[in-house]
Amino acid sequence: MIRVWTDNRERINTAIDDFAGRIFNGLGKFFVDCGKACIFFAQSVVLIFKGPFRWDEIIRHMEFIGNRSVLIIAMTSVFTGMALSYQIFLGFVKVNATNLVGPTVGMGILRELGPVLTGLMVAARAGGAMAARLGTMRVSEQIDALEVMGIDSKQYLVAPRILAAVITVPMLCAIFDFMAMMGSHFLTITVLRQDEAIFWDKISLWLNPGDVYQGLFKAAVFGVCFATICSNRGFNASGGAKGVGEATNQGVVNSMVLIIVLNFFLTNFIRFFYVAMGWR
Amino acid sequence: MSEANPDQTPSTGTAIHIKDLRKSFDGGKDFVLNGVNLEIPKGVVTCIIGFSGTGKSVLLKHILGLMKPTSGTVEILGNDLSGMNMDQLIKMRTRLGVLFQYAALFDDMSVMDNVIFPLREHRKELKLHDMEEIAKKKLAQVGLDPKHFHKLPSELSGGMRKRVGLARALALDPEIILYDEPTTGLDPILTEVVDDLIVETHKAHAGSTSVVISHDLFAAFRISDHIVMLDKGGVLLAGKPDEFLKSENELIKKFLSKGLKQG
Repeated sequence: MIRVWTDNRERINTAIDDFAGRIFNGLGKFFVDCGKACIFFAQSVVLIFKGPFRWDEIIRHMEFIGNRSVLIIAMTSVFTGMALSYQIFLGFVKVNATNLVGPTVGMGILRELGPVLTGLMVAARAGGAMAARLGTMRVSEQIDALEVMGIDSKQYLVAPRILAAVITVPMLCAIFDFMAMMGSHFLTITVLRQDEAIFWDKISLWLNPGDVYQGLFKAAVFGVCFATICSNRGFNASGGAKGVGEATNQGVVNSMVLIIVLNFFLTNFIRFFYVAMGWR
Repeated sequence: MSEANPDQTPSTGTAIHIKDLRKSFDGGKDFVLNGVNLEIPKGVVTCIIGFSGTGKSVLLKHILGLMKPTSGTVEILGNDLSGMNMDQLIKMRTRLGVLFQYAALFDDMSVMDNVIFPLREHRKELKLHDMEEIAKKKLAQVGLDPKHFHKLPSELSGGMRKRVGLARALALDPEIILYDEPTTGLDPILTEVVDDLIVETHKAHAGSTSVVISHDLFAAFRISDHIVMLDKGGVLLAGKPDEFLKSENELIKKFLSKGLKQG
């Protein structure tokens, strides 16, 4: 072992240096990217409040992010609600607690799966399109054209998208919650032949509006998150079609990872906030 | 920081004044623009020429305020761009019109909407009908057939897109019109048509200043009153076309012999 080490000391040292260098470079790039995204977000927020309010643009983006996502959100939510109900039923049957399937599914959907899956689905669909659209505008000089026409390109292109996402994603989350509970109701009552009165009674006993509100709040944060990241990537794309592809890919992947990571911290933050306010 | 007032045009004969402009993208190791000093006169067509990679496009971006110089100043109509905040810069840019290399039309808007767009943003006092009238006038001025007015940019040929891009650049009646490589990618006949269009547009907008960034020497001699040649990030020669023909500089001679032969 010692002999192997001494014979290959140079190569091993180089490999360790390379590995450490790559990790530090990667971390450095990650933090620089995060910093740039935060600055981009801060500038966009300032521009949202600075005006002018471009209502037609905001409504156009709300239609794109929201209306066109309803079908996939409805599909995803119904099947998620049914699958979750079935798994929980199978587990609870062992401890004779099947009357708690409704509230358990409800809690999981309203607090976690609703906002997270809505955020992920919309980030993949609308976020990808957002990054691709802005990236294409950047490489074809359309953003430069806006600037030289005396129009603040971020105010025109980014601020309405972020505002539209903040308004629309919680709406989609509410649709997700409702449809998922309908899926759960269908499976639990119609397929698994559980008592409907108990199903609703336990839900009304265990769940409260706070569960809905925290999910909607998370969804709004996820909306800001994917709209900012995807817009930032697209807005700063370079290098032709390849650059647009990379920007789209990075925008969607980064948004999805951040939504999942952020969800954990938001859960803790909201729990802490509720306890501090004495609501739970 | 100097107090810039983009509304005020000093009565000098210079439209664009660039002083010791330097630009580096790698922290000062290498300069794309290395001390450019240049005065572009008002009311004439100036062509900025040079080999590929001499910094023509970077210079244009500085003139438009899309890039910040590493050092030096750019004055447009007597206003120093570096002394301007974002709002002042935005206001200043409404006095410029730009035809981009590939027209940079908004691909989700029709031809008419593309031309109306700057009016909608900056001439809010106008009614939609009046904006449409102005747009139609500008499109007619650049010679676009009315049957194309409601088409999307993707349905137009390269030459037609350039016409629409020019009509959009002219919508606000700018004082300076800049053309970024306007004939790139066009066939020789269309190149001549675009060159004629530049001259006609310049004549139609009395008192306006036209700046054409190009590597097409033949076109530069056809349309310009004033030529600037860039080399290695600096100005090699600036003057009237005759001065270029008389120049003893080897590089200019080489550029002229090759460029005019191709033309």
